[in-house]
Amino acid sequence: MAHGPKPGFTRWLYTTNHKDIGSMYLWFSFAMFLLGGCMALVIRAELFQPGLQIVQPDFFNQMTTMHGLIMVFGAVMPAFVGLANWMVPMMIGAPDMALPRMNNWSFWILPFAFAMLASTLFMEGGAPNFGWTFYAPLSTEYAPPSVTFFIFAIHIMGASSIMGAINIVATILNMRAPGMTLMKMPLFVWTWLITAYLLIAVMPVLAGVVTMMLMDIHFGTSFFSAAGGGDPVLFQHVFWFFGHPEVYIMILPAFGIVSAIIPTFARKPLFGYSSMVYATASIAFLSFIVWAHHMFTVGMPIAGELFFMYATMLIAVPTGVKVFNWVTTMFRGSMTFETPMLFSIAFVILFTLGGFSGLMLAIAPADFQYHDTYFVVAHFHYVLVPGAIFSITAGVYYWLPKWTGNMYNETMGKVHFWMAFVGLNVTFFPMHFVGLAGMPRRIPDYALQFADFNQIASVGAFLFGAAQIVFLFNVIRTVKGGKKATDEVWENPEGLEWSVPSPAPYHTFSTPPVVR
Amino acid sequence: MLMGFKRLFALLTISACVPAAFAQEASQEAAEEVQRWGVNMTQGVTEVSRTTYDLHMLIFWICVAIGVVVFGVMFYSMWRHRKSKGYKAAQFHESLGVELAWTIVPTLILIGMAIPATKTLYDIYDTKEADLDIMITGYQWKWKYDYLGSDVSFFSNLSTPQSQIQNQQPKSANYLLEVDEPLVVPVNKKIRFLITANDVIHAWWVPDLAVKKDAIPGFVNESWTRIDEPGIYRGQCAELCGKDHGFMPIVVKAVPEDEYHSWLSDRAAAAARIKELTNKTFTFDELYARGEKIYNSACVACHQANGQGIPGTFPAIAGSKVATGPMDGHMSMVVNGSPSNPAMQAFGAQLSEVDLAAVITYQRSAFGNNMGDTVQPIDILNFKNK
Repeated sequence: MAHGPKPGFTRWLYTTNHKDIGSMYLWFSFAMFLLGGCMALVIRAELFQPGLQIVQPDFFNQMTTMHGLIMVFGAVMPAFVGLANWMVPMMIGAPDMALPRMNNWSFWILPFAFAMLASTLFMEGGAPNFGWTFYAPLSTEYAPPSVTFFIFAIHIMGASSIMGAINIVATILNMRAPGMTLMKMPLFVWTWLITAYLLIAVMPVLAGVVTMMLMDIHFGTSFFSAAGGGDPVLFQHVFWFFGHPEVYIMILPAFGIVSAIIPTFARKPLFGYSSMVYATASIAFLSFIVWAHHMFTVGMPIAGELFFMYATMLIAVPTGVKVFNWVTTMFRGSMTFETPMLFSIAFVILFTLGGFSGLMLAIAPADFQYHDTYFVVAHFHYVLVPGAIFSITAGVYYWLPKWTGNMYNETMGKVHFWMAFVGLNVTFFPMHFVGLAGMPRRIPDYALQFADFNQIASVGAFLFGAAQIVFLFNVIRTVKGGKKATDEVWENPEGLEWSVPSPAPYHTFSTPPVVR
Repeated sequence: MLMGFKRLFALLTISACVPAAFAQEASQEAAEEVQRWGVNMTQGVTEVSRTTYDLHMLIFWICVAIGVVVFGVMFYSMWRHRKSKGYKAAQFHESLGVELAWTIVPTLILIGMAIPATKTLYDIYDTKEADLDIMITGYQWKWKYDYLGSDVSFFSNLSTPQSQIQNQQPKSANYLLEVDEPLVVPVNKKIRFLITANDVIHAWWVPDLAVKKDAIPGFVNESWTRIDEPGIYRGQCAELCGKDHGFMPIVVKAVPEDEYHSWLSDRAAAAARIKELTNKTFTFDELYARGEKIYNSACVACHQANGQGIPGTFPAIAGSKVATGPMDGHMSMVVNGSPSNPAMQAFGAQLSEVDLAAVITYQRSAFGNNMGDTVQPIDILNFKNK
C-alpha cells in the first residue's frame, strides 16, 4: 500500500492522482447532468400544453438559462475533462498528468463556481434569465442583480477549463512513452490535444466578454449600450467568437471516443486514421471563422453574410469525411452490439441527422426562417445529446471495466440505451416540425397549432430522464462489485490501456512501456 | 414495422404538399381554424418566401439522398457483417482514392447548393425603390409602427386576455397570435421595413412574408416585402427579450390598395380626434374606466393584474410611494420613465395625454391605493412642456 491512495476524505481533497481527479470530474459532471436535466423537465412540463400551468414566464427563462449553462459548463465539459484525466495518461503510457497539483486545483474550483451559480436561484430578482447566450443589453441593463454572481461563476469555470487544457497539452506533448510518435497516438488523445488548444484560445474571449459586462453594469462603461456610444452587436461577435469553437470543444473529444469504440466492436482497424486527424484539425480551424452564422439576422453586410455562409458550409466536408470513415470501419467488419457500440452507432446516425439540419441552417436565406425557432433547438440537441452525451456514456461503459475491474450489467446497459434512444428521438424530433411551422424558441407558452408535437416532446423528455436513473444504478453496482473483468476486457481492443490489469493500478506505468 | 415506414413516407410527402394546398384557401381571414400537425415551413405569400421555401426543400432532399446512401451502407453492414452470422472481419484500413473522393464529391454538392442560396440572398438584400416605408420599433413587449411620411403611428399589443393564458377561459383559435392593432399594408407594393428597438434586442418575424430581422437598439436594419394576396399573416418576436418574449405577436393585414388608403386617412383622423380631447375635462369615473383599459394593455405585463409587480424586478403599484405620493412624481415616473431602472419605460411618447391622465388616475385609486384624485389631460400636456 506504499503507493496506494490515502484513506478517507483527504484522499479526495488533496489528491493529485489522475484517476481520482478523473473520477471526481465524472461524478461531478453526472450530478450537474441530473440537475440540468431536472431544469429541462421543468421546461418540458410547462410546455406540455398551451397556457401557463406550472411556472411563471420569468422563472421559465431562468430555467432555460440555467439548463443551458449547467449542461454546457457543468455536465459536458467536465465529463470530457474527466475522461481525459482517466484515459490520456493510460493511453500514452504516462504515470500521471504533467501538472498534478494544478489538476487538483482545476477540479476543486468547479464545485464553488456552480454553487455560486446555483445560489442565484434563491436571490431576490431570481437567477440569470437571459438565455445561455446572455445577449446584451438584456443581460446588462435589464438583468436581475444576480448577474454579477453569474459573471464570477463564469470566470471561475473558465479558469478551470484553461488549467485543465494546459495540463492536457503538457501531458500529451511531454509524457508520451518512447516510440509513441504523434501519428501513433490514439484518436482520443489527438482530439483532446486539438480541443485543448481550442479551449486555451477561446476561454479568455469568454472571460473578456463577461468582464466587459461587469464594467458596463458596475463601472459606467458602455461597451454594449448604444445610448453611451457602444454596440449591442459587438457582444454577439465577441460571444460567438468564443461560442462557436465552444460547440466543437463539446464534440471533438466525442469523435475520439467513438473512433476507439467502433473498431473494437467491428474487429477491424479504424478506416483512414490520418484523414481523421486532418479532418479534426480542419474542423477546429474552420470553427474560428464561422462565428457569425449565429447572427445571420443581425443585419450584416451581404459580403459578410456570404463569407460566413460559405465557410460554414465547408465544415460539412471534414465532418462528412469522419462519418464516412466510421461507416467504412463498420463495413465488412465482424460486428457485435454491446452497450458502448450501441451508443456509438446511435451517435453516428443521430449526429449525422444533426449535421444535416446544421447544413440546412448554414444556408443564410433559409436560416432567416429557421433562426431562433425550435428547428434550431432540435438541431443543437441532435448534435449535443447524441454527440456529447451518448459518446460520453459510450466511453463510460467502454472503460468502466478497466476503471473498476468489474463488468457492468449488459442487460441494464441495453435497457438504458433503448430508453435513452427512444426518449431522445421522441423529445427532439418533433421540435423540427414545430420549428418549421413557426414556433420561436425560449417561449413559455405557445399558439394552439404547436400543442400536439409539444405534448409528444414532453413525454419523450421524461423517458429520457428516467433512462439516466438506470445508468446511475448500473454504474454504482459495477463500482461495488460484479463479474471480474479481464485485462483486455473486450475481444482484442487496441491501445496501451488494455495492456495493464483491470482495475488499472493506482499508478499505472512506473516504467514507461515501449511502443513499437 | 412496414406500416411505420409507410406513415413516415406519407408524412414526408405531406410535408411537401400540404402548405401548397392550403396556401390558396388560407389567405383571406383564414386561420380561424387551428391547423394542427404542421410539419413544414410555409410557402408564404411573397416571391422571396417561395424561393426560400424551394431552397429549403432542395437542401432537404439533398440531405435525404445523402442520408439514404450513408445509412443504407451502414445498415447493410450491421445486417450482413455481424459476428453472430460468422462474418470474418476484413482488415483494410486505408485508401487514398476513396478518401479523396469523399472530400471532392461533397465539395461539388456544396457548390450546387451555394449558387441558388447566393441568388436568393442578393434578392433579400435588395431594399431599393420601395413604394412605402414603415418604421418598426421593438419595445418590451410590444411593437410600434410608424408609417413614414404620414401622421399615423401606433403601438400593437397582445390582445389575448390573461384569463386565457392562465387557463380560466377556453383559448381562442388565434391564441397568442392576436393583437389590438394590426399592421395594415397594401398588397402588390414594395414595402420597406426599417427595424429598430427601444430597449433590448427583439426580432420581427412573419413566416408568410419570410421576413425575420433583428431589432437592435441604436441600429436601423432594413428588410422588405411585397405581398401577393390580401390576408392576415401572423408572426412573433424571435429573439429572447425578457419575460414576455412569448407574448409579443405580430399581425400583418394585407388589403387592396384603395382600402389601405382609406384606412390610412381614417387612422390619421382618429389620431387628430384624440389630440382634441386633450383640452376636455373628464370626470373621475371616465378617467378611471379608461385608465383600467390602458393599464391592462400597457402596464399589466410588468406590474401584474393585481398591481403587485414582481418582487426584485418590477415594483408594486399597490401601496407604492410613487402612486400614493405627490402627483408630480407620479407623472414624471409614467411620462419620463425611471432614472434608475431602465425596465420602466418612458410612456410619454407611447400614450396620448388622455391615456396618460387616465392611467395615472386609475393607478392612484386602484389596488387599494384610494387616493381618489384625478389628473386631467391638460395637466399632462403642461407637465410635458415644463
